[in-house]
Amino acid sequence: MGAFAHFLAGHFDTLRLEFWSLLVGGVANGFIYGMVAVGYTLVYGVLRLINFAHSEIFMTGGFASYFVLRAVMGTSVPSGWATFGVILVGIVVGGTAGALAATLLERVAYRTLRRRNAPKLAYLISAIGASYFLFNLAGKEFGRYNESMPQPYINHPVFTIFGAPVQLYYLVIVAAGAVMWLVLDRFVAATKLGRGIRAVAQDAETASLMGVNIDRTIAITFALGGALGGVGGFLFGLGSGVVYTMGFVPALKAFTAAVLGGIGNLRGAMIGGLILGVVESLSIAFVQAAYFDVVAFAILVLVLLVRPTGILGERLGRSA
Amino acid sequence: MLEVTNAVVRYGAITALQGISFDVREGEIVTLLGANGAGKSTTLRMLSGLHAPVEGRIVFEGRDVTMTKAHQFMALGIGHVPEGRRIFPQMSVEENLEMGAFARRGSYSDDIERMYAMFPILKDRRKQMGGNLSGGEQQMLAIARALMGRPRLLLLDEPSMGLAPMVVEMIFRIIAEIRGQGTTVFVVEQNAAQALRLADRGYVMENGRIVFDDTAANLLVDPRVRAVYLGEEVEEV
Repeated sequence: MGAFAHFLAGHFDTLRLEFWSLLVGGVANGFIYGMVAVGYTLVYGVLRLINFAHSEIFMTGGFASYFVLRAVMGTSVPSGWATFGVILVGIVVGGTAGALAATLLERVAYRTLRRRNAPKLAYLISAIGASYFLFNLAGKEFGRYNESMPQPYINHPVFTIFGAPVQLYYLVIVAAGAVMWLVLDRFVAATKLGRGIRAVAQDAETASLMGVNIDRTIAITFALGGALGGVGGFLFGLGSGVVYTMGFVPALKAFTAAVLGGIGNLRGAMIGGLILGVVESLSIAFVQAAYFDVVAFAILVLVLLVRPTGILGERLGRSA
Repeated sequence: MLEVTNAVVRYGAITALQGISFDVREGEIVTLLGANGAGKSTTLRMLSGLHAPVEGRIVFEGRDVTMTKAHQFMALGIGHVPEGRRIFPQMSVEENLEMGAFARRGSYSDDIERMYAMFPILKDRRKQMGGNLSGGEQQMLAIARALMGRPRLLLLDEPSMGLAPMVVEMIFRIIAEIRGQGTTVFVVEQNAAQALRLADRGYVMENGRIVFDDTAANLLVDPRVRAVYLGEEVEEV
């Protein structure tokens, strides 16, 4: 009897450690989903359509930072302050590339359709076309194999939570995600350009009567979402490597997160990302690791069935 | 101040404005009357760049604005109070006013205070969402929002629509006051009697054409106007 209780207690300890480890990983994943989800939600807010090429903006951020870091780092493995330098370079390059790619995408795949007053379905097809074009182009040019991102020294635990190690990598993701989201939230809520974005989201025609240049505002919105998506691509690539198809699953999950939080709602995108990341991570302990992706999309179907407007509802208009 | 010559506007195959000409002189209140679908709103939308004419010319203060884009009109000095008010529903009253100053550079806090002095109810409601205001409050906000751009010409589209008679009285008093402060006004109205009592001159539209125009005083007693727009039986002559 005593031995059995001891065995149970020991088992419980492993389970508890596993729980906290999975939670930490889930939160980090959640922040990446949130960064990418913000891009869907911003574009949905101003155009009322889903930018299905957002996955390729994520990939562009990943590859751009990969090439730049490879050139900068060579085979060295930076540590200490150099680690932060490398991460900062990756974030800036990934974000810039994402913003540029998103702006270009808007010009080519969306603005041309807007000029012709195309039906919504045309935008969807155009986005899917752009997505296939981009990832196949990347596959042709950059090869079909997963390349690992040059690694600074980031996989060491910085501290532990209930025994679960928290690696520097996770801290970087959380810090980058939180800072970018806070800046974006303030930008949309409190600056003139942000007010212009909200005005276009609520009533584009009246916004133009007030002097808001709709085309420019839409381009800025794409650029903002693209920047966060590109940084997401870099941070994801840092852990999982880069490959031409890398955008597909994370972006689909980020889309799920955006719907979960309430599409069109900035806070909802971040909250949805966190919930999705944590739930799918914990599902490893409670269901089976093989069901990891199934859980994410089961959530999408459930949300659409039970509460199609998501947790916070649709309201980009209301500042965030 | 504003001269429109032979303007034609089409929506696809439908010709909404079939070559209209009119002018508004500085300091005037001019009204445009007509039944539903006559082309009044289209005319205002054309004057704000929301629908460019396919033929004709629009000149404002000596400058050709025929092809000017909607978002450039506010900076040129033309303010638009759209039909149905179109308040940003999920912005506060104050943010709606700030949107009116979007085309301006520099500080506009004095103008916000000026609007609050002119419309004290908006000051009381400054933190409320635009969507939660009453129709009359929204109309005042829409006018104040347009005035935030310091327009020299103010376009008003059906300012009395859906409002109680007392509120309509007040809105028209405000419009007279705005003209008193030196802003020229061009107003589209279904409520012809009220509009003609306010205006200096009027144009009457039918089926995308301007059929006649005169001073407001003459139009008020014109049998054609009385029959069609003031809802009065006219004795056969």
